[in-house]
Amino acid sequence: MNAALLQQIPRSPGVWAQAWMRLRTDRVGMIALAITVFFVGLVLLAQLGWVAGDWQREVGKPYAPPHFVGAIADGSQTAVVDAPTGAMVDLSAIDPLAPRYKEWAERAAKFTTSDTVKTDTLPFGGDRLGRDVLSKAVKGAQVSIAVGLVAALFATLIGTVLGAVGGYFGGKVGDVLEWIYNVFTAIPYILLVFALAAVLKSGPLAGSLGNGIWTVVIILSVVGWTGIYRLVRAEYMKHRSREYVRAAEAIGASHLSRMFVHILPNVSHVVLVQLSLHVVSFIKSEVILSFLGLGVPVDMVSWGTMLSEAQVELVLGKWWQLVAATGFMATFVTAFALLTDALRDALDPKLKNL
Amino acid sequence: MASYLLRRVWQMIPTLGGVILLVFFLFKYFGGDPAELLAGLSATPQQIASIRTQLGLDRPVAEQLWLFVQNIFTFNWGNSWATNESIAALFATRLPATLTIMVPILVLEVALAIVAGLAVAYVRGSLTDRVIMVVTTVALSVSFLVYIIVGQYLFGFQLGWFAVQGWSNSLWKNLVVYAPLPVFLAVLVSLAPNTRLYRSFFLDEINHDYVRTARAKGVGENIILFKHVLRNAMIPILTNVATQLPGVFIGSFLIEVFFSIPGLGREVLLAVNRSDYPVIQAATVYLASLTMVINLATDVLYKFVDPRVTLQ
Repeated sequence: MNAALLQQIPRSPGVWAQAWMRLRTDRVGMIALAITVFFVGLVLLAQLGWVAGDWQREVGKPYAPPHFVGAIADGSQTAVVDAPTGAMVDLSAIDPLAPRYKEWAERAAKFTTSDTVKTDTLPFGGDRLGRDVLSKAVKGAQVSIAVGLVAALFATLIGTVLGAVGGYFGGKVGDVLEWIYNVFTAIPYILLVFALAAVLKSGPLAGSLGNGIWTVVIILSVVGWTGIYRLVRAEYMKHRSREYVRAAEAIGASHLSRMFVHILPNVSHVVLVQLSLHVVSFIKSEVILSFLGLGVPVDMVSWGTMLSEAQVELVLGKWWQLVAATGFMATFVTAFALLTDALRDALDPKLKNL
Repeated sequence: MASYLLRRVWQMIPTLGGVILLVFFLFKYFGGDPAELLAGLSATPQQIASIRTQLGLDRPVAEQLWLFVQNIFTFNWGNSWATNESIAALFATRLPATLTIMVPILVLEVALAIVAGLAVAYVRGSLTDRVIMVVTTVALSVSFLVYIIVGQYLFGFQLGWFAVQGWSNSLWKNLVVYAPLPVFLAVLVSLAPNTRLYRSFFLDEINHDYVRTARAKGVGENIILFKHVLRNAMIPILTNVATQLPGVFIGSFLIEVFFSIPGLGREVLLAVNRSDYPVIQAATVYLASLTMVINLATDVLYKFVDPRVTLQ
């Protein structure tokens, strides 16, 4: 065949191009994709420190309300104590510290003090310390989404590799992996989380992990790989004896190459959908773990720690932190869940209308 | 039947062994040193050494594992490290509170989900169906925490319909005064995911030929839904309930934390915060065994629900 003949064969679009074409016609899916991309951009900007880098600055008065609510009118925040009246009694004769006052005043003068002006209102209110709730919600988005994404990536990696090995080889190796799977699924999800949290909190790894974020990532990925393993294993069992894999064997492709170069692209849609499903559930889990104090450390903020502060604030009538954290989380999770649905429809049109 | 049961129990042994090994080595090699955790920060080396001897930590690993297995099968876990309460007593006193909350939740949840799922499946494809699907998607994206925080504030604090939190020694008072709000909130939160799930169970059935035949014979819609469709959808429903059953014992720890209910879930969470290893180990091993037994019981129940199922 010469080049001219090859040109005449109509090029059929690949599976990903087809999926993208189907996704583009899905209006809900495209909106969800736009929102997700926006949030991921926000996460990247926050990671680089360009956005919400100064979330810890106390820019407003404690519990400064949002702009649209207006400053606190009752004046309870600005109560001024009246200066004492009456003649000042000269105590310098009996005050043992009196000789040193001058020295201290000189020393104090060497430091410059500046009065920070704390605003009465903030765009979406302030928390107990007067930190901007909006920056906190953005910073919280960075932590929560990053933890969810990284944990889901790890869980998918573990699940895919073990599922590939178990499904492709079967036999003794498969039996051992099935046994491990059975052990992990026999323990109720939440107890496995608790056991790992207890161990990572006080164990020898506690020091080296340092940052609490990695603890959450490890817990979630160690607990969460089982479902992916099971699905990937089933796919590999289906694919391992198909013609294209045998053809690859005939031309001398190694096991590794058959598993990850030939079969993996054909099951990657399953993996991708599982990955995005796990992102959503891991973000929810991270929020709960952080709320319970098993997640991110105190000098970090995630949607979970915001909610745990909001619980107390709500009783005081300061609702904005709760609304900000909930609003951000609900928007992202809804968009991501809808995107997952759209992805599943686009990647596997046979599943549609289920 | 007997041979089936025997074989299934036989198959449980390697899994249970795996659970025991996993828990043992997880705490042994990844956990902190029990002697140091127990003795505290200001312990002398002698104290630590004596605790080591007492717990058997100075013996070889195989012997420690054997001690651990003995603990499991004799139900003798000694005392909690934090409170010195016997662990058996701890479980016995915390479990009733958890069950008081969780049993009503499970029963109401399933009953409500069946009705809601059937209703939505019946109007499938209509505007109502689509609106409900959108609403449940959004409802699912809000954290469980938010519903509890807002619900407790609104119904307990603002409106004063329920007690905000608390617990008493009398079962009746607990059920009438303290349980209603947590039960109500938990059932409310479960409504969104369960409606979706049960809708899909019923949709799988509702398009089958037997439904059309029943309709052609002139059977009423209620009978079709509650007798024909519901009975045929029992297998997935049963599977779903079975996966939730082990959770009944550990409880919804979040509910217990929010409403100060002295249940098992809150106790295990406290144990995590106090590094009280024996409590966590005991809870993990026993609930894993319970999960396996429940799975077996479910498989046997399939046979009674659907005579076409053969156990082999």
